[in-house]
Parts: sequence; structure tokens; C-alpha cells
Amino acid sequence: MRSFAYAGMATARGFATLAVTLAGLLLVTFVVGRVMPIDPVVAAVGDKASPETYANAREALGLDQPVWVQFGRYIKGVAQGDLGQSSLSSRPVSEDIARVFPATVELSTLGILIGILAGVPLGVYAAHRRNRWPDQIIRSVSLLGYSTPVFWLGLIGLLIFYAQLGWSGGPGRIDTAYRYSIDEWSGLMVVDTLRSGDWDAFRSALSHIALPGLLLGYFSLAYIARMTRGFMIEELSKEYVTTARIKGASEADVLWRHALPNVLVPVITVIALAYAQLLEGTVLTETVFAWPGLGLYITNSLFSADMPAVLGGTLVVGVCFVLLNKISEILYPLLDPRTRSR
Amino acid sequence: MIATSTAPLPANVGSPLEPSSRAQARLVQIARAIRRAARNPSTLAGSIIVLALVLMAILAPLLATHDPVAQDLSARLTPPSAAHWLGTDQLGRDLYSRLLYGAQPTLLIVVLVVSLSAPFGVAVGLLAGYFGGWIEVVLMRLTDIVMAFPRLILALALVAVLQPGLINAVIAIAITAWPPYARLARAETLALRHSEFVEAARGLGMPSGKIITGQILPLCLSSAAIRATLDMAGIILTAAGLGFLGLGAQPPMAEWGAMIAAGRDHIFDAWWVAAVPGLAIVLVSLGFNLLGDGLRDVLDPKHHD
Amino acid sequence: MKPMCLMLAASALALMASATTLEAKSPPNVLVVAKNIDDIVSLDPAQAYEFTSGEIVANIYDRLVEYNPTDIEKIAPGLAESWTVSDDGKTFAFKLRQGAKFASGNPVRPEDVVFSLRRVVTLNKAPAFILTQFGWKPDNVEQMIKKISDTEVALTIPETFAPSFVLNALASRPGSIVDEKEALKNVKDNDLGNAWLSRNSAGSGPFKLRIWRPSEAVVLDANKDAFKGAPKMNQVVFNHVAEPSTQRLMIESGDADIARNLGPDQIAAVKDKGGIKVETYPQAALHFFSLNLKHDKLKNPAIWEATKYLIDYDGIANTLLKGQMKVHQTFWPEGFPGSVNENPYKLDVAKAKDILVKGNVSSGLTIDMDMISSPPFTEIGQSIQATMGQAGIKVNLIPGTSAQVITKYRARQHEGMLLYWAPDFMDPHSNAKAFAYNVDNADGSPQSTTTWRNSWLIPDLSAKTRAALVERDPAKRLDMYRELQRAVLKESPWAMTFQAQAQVALRGEVNGFVHGPTNDLVVYRDVTKN
Repeated sequence: MRSFAYAGMATARGFATLAVTLAGLLLVTFVVGRVMPIDPVVAAVGDKASPETYANAREALGLDQPVWVQFGRYIKGVAQGDLGQSSLSSRPVSEDIARVFPATVELSTLGILIGILAGVPLGVYAAHRRNRWPDQIIRSVSLLGYSTPVFWLGLIGLLIFYAQLGWSGGPGRIDTAYRYSIDEWSGLMVVDTLRSGDWDAFRSALSHIALPGLLLGYFSLAYIARMTRGFMIEELSKEYVTTARIKGASEADVLWRHALPNVLVPVITVIALAYAQLLEGTVLTETVFAWPGLGLYITNSLFSADMPAVLGGTLVVGVCFVLLNKISEILYPLLDPRTRSR
Repeated sequence: MIATSTAPLPANVGSPLEPSSRAQARLVQIARAIRRAARNPSTLAGSIIVLALVLMAILAPLLATHDPVAQDLSARLTPPSAAHWLGTDQLGRDLYSRLLYGAQPTLLIVVLVVSLSAPFGVAVGLLAGYFGGWIEVVLMRLTDIVMAFPRLILALALVAVLQPGLINAVIAIAITAWPPYARLARAETLALRHSEFVEAARGLGMPSGKIITGQILPLCLSSAAIRATLDMAGIILTAAGLGFLGLGAQPPMAEWGAMIAAGRDHIFDAWWVAAVPGLAIVLVSLGFNLLGDGLRDVLDPKHHD
Repeated sequence: MKPMCLMLAASALALMASATTLEAKSPPNVLVVAKNIDDIVSLDPAQAYEFTSGEIVANIYDRLVEYNPTDIEKIAPGLAESWTVSDDGKTFAFKLRQGAKFASGNPVRPEDVVFSLRRVVTLNKAPAFILTQFGWKPDNVEQMIKKISDTEVALTIPETFAPSFVLNALASRPGSIVDEKEALKNVKDNDLGNAWLSRNSAGSGPFKLRIWRPSEAVVLDANKDAFKGAPKMNQVVFNHVAEPSTQRLMIESGDADIARNLGPDQIAAVKDKGGIKVETYPQAALHFFSLNLKHDKLKNPAIWEATKYLIDYDGIANTLLKGQMKVHQTFWPEGFPGSVNENPYKLDVAKAKDILVKGNVSSGLTIDMDMISSPPFTEIGQSIQATMGQAGIKVNLIPGTSAQVITKYRARQHEGMLLYWAPDFMDPHSNAKAFAYNVDNADGSPQSTTTWRNSWLIPDLSAKTRAALVERDPAKRLDMYRELQRAVLKESPWAMTFQAQAQVALRGEVNGFVHGPTNDLVVYRDVTKN
């Protein structure tokens, strides 16, 4: 019970820090946007617009106001759930983000699932066979993941699996043939095609997400396996493990029933961090795979000085970052066997 | 305390196992660490790769077979051959020579970013951890804010503000790279703040500045050094990412990230243009990762056998 | 442990294998175009001002007069079946085609024409200047643009221009005719339907807009009621693919029917592949390297002349860009009436050095060159950097995004600029104004012209440009433009370098694709796949 009360308090404090952090995030992004040597008006009206057209657009974007007024307006809007209007596509930013975010969630979730399902067992196993050849192999695989530029591996992957072997679908989320016949229910292409019952469409969606998903999965696997190994090694050196072994517990029991539950908390923290990193890591992956998600949206908007869009996108990623951190913090007392048992 | 660290080294005082001065103790520690490191194959491999990188950077003018920026449009995108060991790029420049020269900016970026971000981050963490109170709240909130940023996106935005270029890329990456050091240093400081020797020093009236620099800082250094080594791979990858998005080093400078960016349009016909610098990045990042990993095994007491 | 690993590996393989049997290609009645479409700001013809939006608007809307994309010398009837010009050259009367309908089913009426043209002037968005240069203003359009009968409209211009100039401008994008009833149904905040039309369509052309998702896709559905006949394809899908190498993969695998943004090396690679054909279309866009005379160090004309000898025109066009550009050194592109096709400058380092010495240019000159950080600019820029270096001029490249580069260019903060220019409408005045007209060099009167942007003040040439604009004898007018081109070729503080050529890869079964010299003249109506 006490742990729940603690969690409640932590949540309340968490929201306060969350608000401060997000306000700071917005301020920094806003300032960066204002001092950037790109004129958003030009991005919106084009290079050859007449001076009057230019002035009209500038006014419409609110850029004729002092910076602090612009920021005040923006914050007020955000507080009311309005992220402003994209200066490039003249659509509400929230609408744009609602459209692109599911694609990113779908891709990074697949990545993290692969990372967890393969990374945790590999990490445990590596700790078990510490310094033997399985550990060395897992370590090399994971170090290689740490050391490879994701966009480069993506290109090579496309070359081999799409261009040469034809095993994987090409860039984009689904073949054009199915693209506009699928009812967008969740925004997650794999889910929507499954729901529609169109097996060809489902397979097409799978074939498109497989390569970038496995790629991101590899990167999160590298991180999760390595960290899990570290936690497990520390845990396995503790006395209770020795005691358990002396009492005749099987090695599998020692690993999975004694040691692993005790490192679950840091592992979950690592998973949350890895997930947050994947959300960001999609920036380059989405570029290579033409995946119409949030990363691509932010990058494109940045290059055309569409600051409302960049701010909105960064805010969403920032919120995810902070929330994932908070979730792991809140889970901490709930999952930690030491606090739980007391 | 018999000798301070500035005193001349007393030779042959005591046995090597029972060091009688702190300086000597430290030396012995370092010697042991080096011996352990040399026995650790990954540290060894990492050191060799990093050393090779340094040598490449220094000796590039001697080892190169061509001028790295000399163009020859008639020999563009030629595959590896006797004349061009690693082939040529889309402007007919010799890739082997560009690869060698590319070690220079890579090393420069890594060294500059680490020497900008690590001291700053450690200082923030020390101050926050030692003083606590509102100083800690303000500093750690700042750290959280920067941490909450998607790193690559912030770096992108900063480069866009500062104009693309090598030094600006360094600044942008450094600004996003310091928070982990701050968190690390704060955590260590918190653990040390109430330790006996710090309490004792405070009891003796030692000023805070001296306690921080003399007592706490040295104990934070090894973890910061490990973190920095491991960070270097990440820095190389971030710089390459900036180059890939067209915001990295300026042409005609041979920089590996920019070289991949230039090669991506040709990857299916002239794979070597992107593959060569890509492999170089993988290898060098791997070198730093191996070294950092090994160093952690050697230096981090928690990982001692 | 081991079974677990095996299971994971197996499921990963299964995931990949599920794709192997898949052979879904683009469906027979849908045309899939792989293209970079992230330049679209709006699909409202009164606002559309980018390459891609121009192309899409052109396939959705009709204009009073139109070009034949394969013979741009002649203006052809569009929604107007005929027209007359008054003796003073100030009034143009258009008789509308009978029976033309919008995609909504509404007939095309004179009211729609009046509404559409007035709307462009009133909204005053990016392309409005093409019509307002006639002297139309929000407060005089009521008099200038009128319905005169149930089948006729009359357009009046306050001063006399060459009639061909007026018709050329009306054939451009802002001359598109919008369905007034549909637009007015969707007005928000007095915007004449601008917000709605930005992402919906109300035209009479061969296609109607189904979906536009920024940086993702544009989908056009056939308009079966188009007066020139229904298009053969039910649907045209523009898939946003930014990477040329990815576009290449898609055309090779048949995932795309047409790839629009392939680089020279991708073109070379797919050219000889079975099932793919490559077609080359000369474009109106011109590339140049200009020097900004706001900087004292660049004011010496010897530098301008030397620069023209320090570019490896042939090497860049033939070896580096393999035919995606051809050498062109005057300001009006080849293939257009009145163009001068003379290219006197070649790479000649010795001559350039000689010019620099005779012109007392001190050694150690450095020039910062801004350019867009993507091919072909990066390639051209690095080549120019190398050849300029051979004559002792150090060029620092400053790559940026196009928004960044243009922001700097507008503010005249650049030293050297590597950029391109595309005419806004197909009349030589569009380019003469940009390259041979500048009477006010003040910072306070910004112009989008290349002359103003590079601070080149030219009262004499400007007077000649003005005279050509109002010359009513067509042959004499073209001669005047030829004279202007030769003068600018010799005197300008920029080196005009190349004319773009669009190289498009198409699947072998795609026929009837028409790509005129500008994106406004890319026509999908007659495309078939069999």
C-alpha cells in the first residue's frame, strides 16, 4: 500500500517537473527557431512573391509581433491544445502530427519489441556465460550495433534485401496498390490491414516494416542486451545467489527466478530509454526508408523553417522522452522487490 | 600523510604492495591498470584501432597516393584498382587518400566535443551534487531539459542556426552531449558527499572549492573517462548523421560522414563510394567502444572480478 | 536459452519471408509516380508556386488559353475557343467553349472566369504578380475583368503590352479557372475558399484531387467529364520519395511506373535495363553562378569575365551530370522563340589569369559561394571551386538548405551564389526582367530579379527591356530580346552555365506521358499502361 501512496506522490511531483521541463523545451526550441537564418515567410510564399504579398504573409504568420509576444501566444495556444498552424502546409500542426505519429509509433514499437524479446534473454545468457565464447559473440554483435551508422546500414539493407534479393518491401509503409483502399482505423498499418481482412495488404505492410523494424530492433537489442548483461553480472555476484546455488537451485532457476526479477527495475529503465532513443533514431531511418513518420516530418519542417511544425513535433518527442523516463521512475518502487517485500 | 602529491617521489620506500605515498599509490594503480588493460583483448584491439586512427590523421600526407581534393572528372566512380586502391568518388577523387585525410576531421570532432562537453557536464554535476538545494534543482532541471531534447534534432537545429561547418557541428554536438556527464558526476558526488573523508575534510575547515576539486573530482574522473570513451563512438555517428542530412563538414574537405552522404546516390552502382567511409566509421566507432568497454572493466571498481 | 534464440531467429525470418512471395506491383489502371513532392505549399491555383504544385494544378485546372506542351511556340485555345484583341491592344475578349463542365458537374460560366482571375489579384499570394504586372490591382479588378455576355469575358489592361506577353501570362498557372460555386461554398474567414482549395480541387481539367498528404502522397482521380475527354488512367498517385537511389529501386522493381528525380548515375544505371526507358526533355530552368556587387572586392568587371572562363562547362554537363544539363550561356533557354544559342565561353585558365592580371585584380581573392546542399549543386559547386582555384581564386563553399540559401540571397548577404532560375511564364520578358532589368538598386526596394539580388544596376539595358515589353511587332520584339541576351552574356556579373534537361525513367509499358519544358506542362491525361 505504501508503495502505491509513494507512487501517487511521485506522479504528482512528476507532473510538476514535467511541466517545467516542457516549458524549458519549448523556450529553447522557440529561440532556436527565431535565430535561425531561414525566413519562414519565404518558405511559405516562395522566392518571387511581391513585397505586398510578403508583408501580408508575414502578418498572417504573426511574425510582425515582438518575439516575446509570439512566444506568449504560442504558449497560450499550447495550453489550450493548439499547436498552431504549419506555415508551409497551412494546416493545423496537431492534425499533421496526428497523421504522422502513428507511423513512427508503429515502427519504433516493433523495434523495441524485437529489442526486448531478443535483447533481454541474450543479455541474461551472456552474463551466465560470462567471458566465454557465447558472451564474446553477443558482445561483439552488440558492440557492432553501437558502432554502425543507422542510415548506412539501412541503405545496405535496402540494397541487399530489396534491390538484390527482393525479400523485403521497398520504401514507404505499404505498396501503393493498397495504400488508399485501407480504412485508417488505428493509423498503424499492420493493425489496420489485419483488421480489414485483406491478407495481401497485410503481407505488403509486413514486408515494408520488416526491414526498418529489424534494423531498429537490432540497435535497441544491442543496447538492451549489453545493459542487461551488466546488471546480471553484478546481481550474480551477490551472496543470495551463491546461497541459492548452495541450496541446490538449478542454474536456470538462479538466472530466471532469482536474479532476473531483481534486475528488472534497471532493465525496464533501460528499455524506456531505448524506446525514447528509438523514437528519435527514426529520424534517419525514416529518411532512408521514406517512412512518413514524425522524424521525417520534423526534419522536413526544419529545413523549410516551418517553426510551428518543428516546435510541435519536438514537443511531442520531448513529452514522450520525459514520460518514458517518468514511467520508469514511477514503476521503480512498484517493481523493486526490495520495496515490494517490505 | 607523509608526502603530498607535489613532493618528490620517494624511491624505494616501502614495498610495492604497501605504497607509502599517495602519488606512488596512484602510479602503482595506473601501472596495474595498464597491465590489466594489456591483458584485456578488447582494450588491446580498441587501442590499436584508435592508435591507427591517430597515426592516419598525422601521417595522411605521407601515406596518401593522391591529393585528396584533386578532381578528375574523366575518372569518376572507378572501382578499386592499382591506380586507385579504393576507387574514386563522383568527382574522380581518390578514395584511399580521402579516407586517410578523413581521419583528421573525425579525430578533431571527437577530441573537441569531448573536451568541451565532459568538463562542463562534470562541473555541473559536481556543483549540483555537492551543494544540493536550489542549485541542484536549477542545474538538474536544466540537465533534464537538454536531456529531454531529441539529440539529433537539437543538433540539426543548432547547425542550421550556426551555418553548416565542422566547428559548428562540434559546438552543436557538444551542447547536446554534456548532460550524461552531469548526471553521472552528480550521482557520484551524492554518494561521496557524506562519506567519512569528505566530512573529515569539512570538519578540518577545508573550503568547498578545495573539497570538490581535491577530494571528489578525482574520484569522479574514472567513470567520466569511461563515459567519454564510450561517447566518442556516438559522437562520430552523430557527426556522420549531420553529414548525411547535408549539414556536416564543408566540401571539399574529406570527412567520412559527408563522404557517405555523397556516395548514397551511387550506392547501387558504385558501392565503394559509400561503403568505404561507412566501414571506416564502423571500425573507428568499434575501436572507441572496445576501448571504453575494456577501460570500464579495468577502471570501474564495480566491475572488478 | 537456445530454443528461445532459435525461435526469435525463426520468427524474424518468417517476417522477412512473408514478403518474398509478394509480387504486388502498381495496378493496371493506376499510374504510380515516384517523385519528391515536399515542395508543395498549396494546391490552390492562386497560391501554388512550386514545381510540384504547379504540375498538379496544371492537371486539375484548365486555363482560357493553353500551350501545346510539344509545341510551345503557339498559344492554343483552352476554355476559351477564340479571342480578339482591340486595336489599342488594351482589351482582350474571350469567347468561352460551350459545354465545358467542372468536375462538380457545374458548367463553366463567364462568372467563373471573372471570379478566378479577380480572386488571384485580391488574394495576392505568391504567383499573383504574374497577373498584377498588367496593372491589375484589388481596387480596379472590378473594371478590368468583366463578363460581357453569357459566353464572353473581357479583360482590360491599363497600358499597352505586347499581346503575346499577355496571352503567355494568362496561359500560366494563376490563369487557372476555378469553380466559383464550389469555392464560395467553402469560404472561411473571407478567404475566397483559399484554405479549402489549398487541399481540395474545383477544376474542369482531366483530374481531380483526392488526397494530398504533405511529404507523403498526392492522389488524383480521373475526371470522366473533362471536356477534352476522360483520361485513360483511373488514378495518378504521386508517391513522395526523396532519395533518388530509392526512386531507382522502385522503378526497377515495378513499384513505380515513372521515376522523376533520378540523378545522372541512376539514369545511366537504369538506361540499359530491360523494361525501363529513359526520356530526356529540355527544360526552361537555367543555372548560373553570380557575384554580388555589394561587396567592393567583387566590383571589378575583370573578375566577372575571368569567372566565365573558369568553369568546366563541358566536363560538368557531359561527364559529371551526363546530360541532365546542357551548356547554355544566355538568359533565354534554347527551344523557346527568341533564344540566342551561343556559348562562347570555355574553361581557359590561362586566359582567365591573363584577364585577372590585366584587370589589376590583386591575388589572394576569396569568394564565399552559397549553394543548396544537394546534387547537382554540390557537384557543380565543387567543380567550380577546383577550377577557380587553378587561377588563384579561393572559393569557400557554404552549403545550406534551399530555404536558407534563398533567405540569404534575398537579403543580398551572399558573395557568390550558385542557383537556378525558372521563368514564371513562357514569355522572354519573364527572364529579361530577371536578368536585364534593374533601375532601383536600393535595399529598401527588394526585387526577386537576379540583377537586383546581385546589385547590378543597369539603366540602359533596363530601358531596352522595357521597350521590348511593349513592342507589338512579334518579329521585331524577338530581335530586341536577342540583342539583350548578347549584351548580358558579355557584361553580366554572373556566368550563365546550364539549361536543365529532365531525364525521366518510365516502365516500358507506360506510353503517352508528356513532359513539356516546365512542370506546368507535364501532362498525364494521355498516359496508358499496356
